[in-house]
Amino acid sequence: MHDLSPLTALGAAAPRSDTIGPVTLREEPDRALASVAARTDQATVCQAALARFLGVAAPGIAQHVSGADLSAFWIGPASWMIEAPNDRHPDLAGKAKAALGDAASVTDQSGAWVRLDMTGDRVVQVMERLCNLDMGIMPPGKARRTVIDHLGCYVIRHAQGVTIYGPRSGAKSLHHAVITAMHSAL
Amino acid sequence: MRLPSGGQIDRARKLSFRFNGQYYKGHPGDTLASALLANGVRLMGRSFKYHRPRGVLSAGSEEPNALVELRSGARQEPNTRATTTELFDGLRAEPQNAWPSLKFDALALNDALSPFLTAGFYYKTFMWPAAFWEKLYEPIIRRAAGLGAITTQPDPDSYDKGFLHCDLLIIGAGPAGLMAALSAGRAGARVILADEDFRMGGRLNAESFSISDMAGADWAAQAVAELGALPNVRLMPRTTVIGAFDHGIYGALERVADHLPTPPEGKPRQILWRVYSRRAILCAGAIERPVAFANNDRPGILTSGALRAYANRWAVCPADTVAVFTNNDDGHRTAADLLARGIKVAAVIDTRAGAPPLDGVEVISGAQVIDTAGRLGLRSITVRPAGGDIRKLTVGALGVAGGWNPNVALTCHQRARPVWDAEIAAFVPGGELPPGLSVAGAAAGQFSTHAALAGGGAQAAQALDDLGIAASVPDLPQAEDAPTRITPFWHVKGDARAWLDFQNDVTVKDVHLAHQEGFRSVEHLKRYTTLGMATDQGKTANLGGLAVMAELTGSSIAQTGTTMFRPPYTPVAMGALAGRSRGAEFRPRRLTPSHHWAVEQGAVFVEVGLWMRAQWFPRAGETQWRESVDREVLATRGSVGVCDVTTLGKIDVQGRDAAEFLNRIYCNGFAKLPVGRVRYGLMLREDGIAFDDGTAARLAEDHVVVTTTTANAVPVYRHMEFARQCLWPDMDVQLISTTEAWAQFAIAGPNARKLLQKIVDPAFDISNEAFPFMACAEITVCNGCPARLFRISFSGELAYELAVPTRYGDALMRRIMAEGAEFDVTPYGTEALGVMRIEKGHAAGNELNGQITALNLGMGRMVSTKKDSIGAVLSRREGLSDPQGLRLVGLKARDPQSRITAGAHLLEQGASAVAANDLGYVTSACYSPTLQGHIALGFVKNGPARMGATLRAASPLTGADTEVEIVPPHFVDPEGERLRA
Repeated sequence: MHDLSPLTALGAAAPRSDTIGPVTLREEPDRALASVAARTDQATVCQAALARFLGVAAPGIAQHVSGADLSAFWIGPASWMIEAPNDRHPDLAGKAKAALGDAASVTDQSGAWVRLDMTGDRVVQVMERLCNLDMGIMPPGKARRTVIDHLGCYVIRHAQGVTIYGPRSGAKSLHHAVITAMHSAL
Repeated sequence: MRLPSGGQIDRARKLSFRFNGQYYKGHPGDTLASALLANGVRLMGRSFKYHRPRGVLSAGSEEPNALVELRSGARQEPNTRATTTELFDGLRAEPQNAWPSLKFDALALNDALSPFLTAGFYYKTFMWPAAFWEKLYEPIIRRAAGLGAITTQPDPDSYDKGFLHCDLLIIGAGPAGLMAALSAGRAGARVILADEDFRMGGRLNAESFSISDMAGADWAAQAVAELGALPNVRLMPRTTVIGAFDHGIYGALERVADHLPTPPEGKPRQILWRVYSRRAILCAGAIERPVAFANNDRPGILTSGALRAYANRWAVCPADTVAVFTNNDDGHRTAADLLARGIKVAAVIDTRAGAPPLDGVEVISGAQVIDTAGRLGLRSITVRPAGGDIRKLTVGALGVAGGWNPNVALTCHQRARPVWDAEIAAFVPGGELPPGLSVAGAAAGQFSTHAALAGGGAQAAQALDDLGIAASVPDLPQAEDAPTRITPFWHVKGDARAWLDFQNDVTVKDVHLAHQEGFRSVEHLKRYTTLGMATDQGKTANLGGLAVMAELTGSSIAQTGTTMFRPPYTPVAMGALAGRSRGAEFRPRRLTPSHHWAVEQGAVFVEVGLWMRAQWFPRAGETQWRESVDREVLATRGSVGVCDVTTLGKIDVQGRDAAEFLNRIYCNGFAKLPVGRVRYGLMLREDGIAFDDGTAARLAEDHVVVTTTTANAVPVYRHMEFARQCLWPDMDVQLISTTEAWAQFAIAGPNARKLLQKIVDPAFDISNEAFPFMACAEITVCNGCPARLFRISFSGELAYELAVPTRYGDALMRRIMAEGAEFDVTPYGTEALGVMRIEKGHAAGNELNGQITALNLGMGRMVSTKKDSIGAVLSRREGLSDPQGLRLVGLKARDPQSRITAGAHLLEQGASAVAANDLGYVTSACYSPTLQGHIALGFVKNGPARMGATLRAASPLTGADTEVEIVPPHFVDPEGERLRA
């Protein structure tokens, strides 16, 4: 095992957590990510192989699905992002490539994103100050691309709240924007 | 004065406030205007141009007169309407446009000079000398004529923006809006009900009649309570819908804290919402218009509906004796209501012959008010009956009822024009309304309460039906259904000034003048007289003005038409438009993986796009930036330096056709790039101009990593994605950005390899033989951390770029510094990076300036003729292929200490600095610590033929003029021996 210590996207050794009123925002650094894009004319093969790899059908348009250990969300035509706990899947992209073979191009995206999980009763009221998604009717399992504080983000709706993936380099700005909205709306 | 009972105010609580230096009391539920009237204050401001004493005209957002500077210090806001300002304890307001005092305003002299100050006077009067306009005339005019003053301090409040979604947006919560909301809310539709007032109910709060045996205001309160309990309905009081935009999107400004002394900590003052609606119903009611007559602008003269609203809703009246001047039945309603509240009504002056009688009040039929008196407030009116003698009535207030204008503004925001409805003598919504928008209630010309309720219910039913939401139309409550009986009457003829637009001091005479001078279209009328401009946008004035113009031109009002209605409906603070995007939060910042470490080192940062990059790392004793930069350059060239280059764009290109794809994107050959090798590549735009340069590293047969310049990371990705999807959809290529995924560091200098060998795991041989210049590999570092190593050099030294997953970037930087201590490893910033690339003659953004070709860059032969690639054909255009054209050259100051200015133009010695003598220009310049002199890169015509020649580098902008020698662009190690070492 190598001896470099990771920093979270917010620049600390430990993830940050903030609770304002009924809502908690938590940085989730321990998530491995890999993007999957079906090779030309391989969408069906790729989708089937991805389902086997995930243990659950590959997500459809704007969907997020969870298997036993792996989860994934749709990011474009015949393209998906796979998520996994980093400690159990440090080489997620390598494993995915092995499972999908020539049916897909796989790219490690673990370091590219900051993940912020927001939970609590009034998440919708916070999100309506941040992006134009209709969170009021967005059901759990929905994943959408949007813009928050000028930054391109993915927003995934869960039963307990939302997950926001934003560009890692903009993590501090994104976090500041979300915290400001929480103070404002709650 | 405050009436002894009634009103929707909380008499149990008192609020203290200050206006014009005096302290007063009011009650919760009051507006500033109602509280001032309750305290006997009729004089609230001075007019724009003539500084005439003015009081409140209306009871709503259409108010042209009662504008105040609200609050003080940094929060002072000019032009705030007293009629919409909710009273709070400690409120402080000052009148505006008056000096030295509201009661004695020296500039009221303008009023005496009014014969000379007619519309357009300054266009004609202040013609000469021309230079006086800006320095003398305009400042004087601006001081004399104006509205409130802004504070020059930064706004201490914050503003949010937000996004809302609904099935049905209902704009206005009067009878029509409430009925629509009840219909849709009960049916389960997602409803947003927005109203600009703090108390929902619209005119129901201002009228005395009942709905289903309840007071109208009580029925409204009951409806609001029911709606508030529905989870699918969002009630938004204090929210003005300011514009109807494309695709059912509306702008709405919510004043969440304007009714408080200051916003709570962390809370915004206002929120600018973008509302996405599937359907919308405009239930914005109507605005009453005055009638123009001599001296119709004195404090105490209000619109009739406002006088009634003040009495019914706020239990106040400007005076104990009033009169009403009307051309329709609605004026009679005011008289009846005031009478019922114990106010003495001297008379109803009705312009209509045979006006209906009214119990307890004298109705003077076929009569006109021809003048008024009272310097700072109305004392009397002069009435000319149809026959008989002129009468003078002593009154302290006059209600003027000229008819009601449906509030059509939002229906016109997408260029629909309203149509004239002679039945009600008003414009009603017409033409092609914004898609999805319908209109109900008074806004649609349905003036009775019954018609408004029915209209609201019907439009909601239609909207729900459109959306496929099943709904039953609720039973309509019982309500008055009086017809609109009006005989249009716009102005009393006479010689004295009769005001049409109170805010801009535009009179009937001004419209005559505009007509006389040929400004006859309504749009010209507006510009010539300023009718309908400024904060109220002529809500009470426009129709009167165009009616007078119609009379003068002999056209109908329908033919004359209205001016264009544009958003916003009412003024919006600039802060609300900016939202949170101000100051340091104007845009997000992107931080490099080594940012925290660089901050610890005291780095000076520079913004590059959104990135914050270390510009240089000052050390103790260094007093100016060049000392730091020179040191960093010399240390790197002397031993080893390290620089965070994560910001360069990285695009992961995969697929069977990855190499062939790049072969078409880059102008030079890529199809045969071997695995494990990197190649420099130049991308052209479709028109043949150089677009971006960078490297492509082939990690596998089907996997290439492309780097771009920092600034072009997104444009290049977009360009490649366009090519992939649209130009060559059959190619097997997949793209994704990995800029953020890898922390990448340049390690450069003669000791770079020795340093790296301490970090790269021993299994990987990075000797010159095993890992030569332009090699690349996926490796591990620090005992197993996955990494990518590229042997590429921007500085011209033996150099590598080492990438690790971003989360380990900070640790790797610290490790490089620790392991490199024995080599005095030196971090360098973008300045040293720039100096070294100029010394090496590498083109960068300054050179790839959107006008330059590969040929200009001296890379003409890189554009392969053996294949096609984007831009290759057009790069061969004759105009771009001039053999005598611009070429990249190096420039050396003849006097090494003489600075060369980037942007300077190159001229023959002795030639004057005019465009005809222009030979080229300087793109990048620096002091080279390596050469101990100033050097530069630039483009010069026929460059290779001028080697050794001396030119002038002249910058007329800075005055710099330096003699420079033309040299090859590679100042350092032209043979490339160092980078291959």
